[in-house]
Amino acid sequence: MPAKKTGKKKPTVLVTGAAGVLAQQTIARLSGKYPIVAVDFRRAVEIGPDIPSYKVDFLKRGLEDVFRQHDIDTVIHIGRIGTDIGGKFFRYNANVIGTQKLYDLCVKYKVNHVVVMSSYFVYGASPYNPALLDEDTPLKASDLTLNLIDTVELENLSQIYLYKHPQLNMQILRPTNIAGPGVRNNIGRLLSLRWAPVLMGFNPVMQFIHVLDLADAIGLLLEKPKKAGIYNIAPNDWVPYKTVLSECNIHAVPFPSVPTGLTVSTSRLLKWKAFPSYLVNYFKYPVIIDGGKFERTFGFKPARSLEEIFTHYRELKKEPWV
Amino acid sequence: MGVKTLLKKALVSREMEEIFDRVPKEAVGSYGYDPWGASLEGSKIGLAIFKRFYDHYFRVQTFGIENIPKAGRVLVIANHSGQLPLDGVMISIAVATNPNGPRAPRAMIERFFPTVPFVGNFLNEVGSVIGDPINCVRMLERDECVIVFPEGVRGSGKLYSKRYQLQRFGHGFMHLAMQTGAPIVPVGVVGCEETMPSIANIKPLARILGLPYVPVTIPFPLPARVVLSFGEPLSFPREVISEEHVAENVEKVKEKIRALIKQGLEQRKGRFF
Repeated sequence: MPAKKTGKKKPTVLVTGAAGVLAQQTIARLSGKYPIVAVDFRRAVEIGPDIPSYKVDFLKRGLEDVFRQHDIDTVIHIGRIGTDIGGKFFRYNANVIGTQKLYDLCVKYKVNHVVVMSSYFVYGASPYNPALLDEDTPLKASDLTLNLIDTVELENLSQIYLYKHPQLNMQILRPTNIAGPGVRNNIGRLLSLRWAPVLMGFNPVMQFIHVLDLADAIGLLLEKPKKAGIYNIAPNDWVPYKTVLSECNIHAVPFPSVPTGLTVSTSRLLKWKAFPSYLVNYFKYPVIIDGGKFERTFGFKPARSLEEIFTHYRELKKEPWV
Repeated sequence: MGVKTLLKKALVSREMEEIFDRVPKEAVGSYGYDPWGASLEGSKIGLAIFKRFYDHYFRVQTFGIENIPKAGRVLVIANHSGQLPLDGVMISIAVATNPNGPRAPRAMIERFFPTVPFVGNFLNEVGSVIGDPINCVRMLERDECVIVFPEGVRGSGKLYSKRYQLQRFGHGFMHLAMQTGAPIVPVGVVGCEETMPSIANIKPLARILGLPYVPVTIPFPLPARVVLSFGEPLSFPREVISEEHVAENVEKVKEKIRALIKQGLEQRKGRFF
């Protein structure tokens, strides 16, 4: 069992998912201020000479070596298998079981600050959702689709550790749609397209946060590590889906919305990564979250506007290879 | 040019723009939308379309419209009838064009509307939202004017034989008024019962379609005269002593609405002509 940590000057920060743009932007904000250790399940990412980087499978024993070799104080857990990668069982093992192993190591090695990236998907896209969902709203995503079970279970697991191990000072983040340069999630892929489906008769309002703003937000958490809890992250700005498409120079292709089964089956048949069958309802009903608690607690205001996000995707389409 | 811009050009008169410009606007985002999906442009178009029906088809008469406060949170509570939410539309237009001080109306609609293609979206654009207590509290905290029909589908889907008989009121609106300290303006709606008289409800079909009711009625609303009688604001203490106490307060509002309906029936010039 490792010895209890004694007063160090700067906490060592372990960042997971280091190959992704959000983790890299987060590391860019923290390097110089804190010693950083980077890990990713895909590859050992070359970040800089002072930043040790490892390829680690969370389900394998090698993960513990990282904790043995580095005196980790803070874990920023961004590395997750996206909803567009692999099947639901693969994602469940990687995201839920793998994360549990990571949390157990955090307890064992007396980590005193854990930040975990959840998602606004956990609220579920229900027609009965009120607007401005706060952090106490029940999570409905698994009611709607089995494919989001790992997302909800990761969140539930994190909440168990939040309350069972208060010494971890866990901060669970539920950001809205993350977009911007280099983002390869579902919405990032969709906004990069030239054509995108629109469910006939539905035009939900949506929120977006720029990936650089989200990295700024994570940077703020390091300054107030004792404010454990769950936080939505979203700007106070709302825009309908069709306007988003038009602003990003995307042609809207009408898609039958009734019966729902037809839409879901078509999306499944087409294997469309940007518009997967289990996220169809997120393009049908609004899921508007209230980012007020995070704003008040950490003094966070997104610096980049919706227009800036959309301009990036407009400009992207001027490139001939897109 | 988008459909919305075309509609606005064709329908929204300068007079309408002027009325709308006087309406105090709550916070909207950089694209003119609020968190519930209401837009300034959509509200203008909705108002322009329905104002014509309000003036010329239903020939709406209002009494006591000055009882709607010019600013601050308020719950407008009315009887519900007529199969379609025309009563909500008429009250909304009366509130938005109130000569004493127009307000942006926020009507609470039945929960099934967001699942109906085009309709749910249109209702959101013009300011309506599903009747969820969280939505209602949020709006009252933003000092908005919220319209609620506590009878819900029990009122709108009732048969013509039960016209002007108030159905059971839910207690939710009273809890919200007491929680937020919002005054209640009671409204008696007369005339909407005659717009779509229903003689039966096809319950099995409603179950299959996932709708609250399928009325046996005419296919379009009749041009019945509509009378809206707004009562004086009622205030209730914020402390909830018991559910029985809340029920007594609900009964007070119901009594007031019953009286306003009676008054409206007497003031109506005729059912259709």
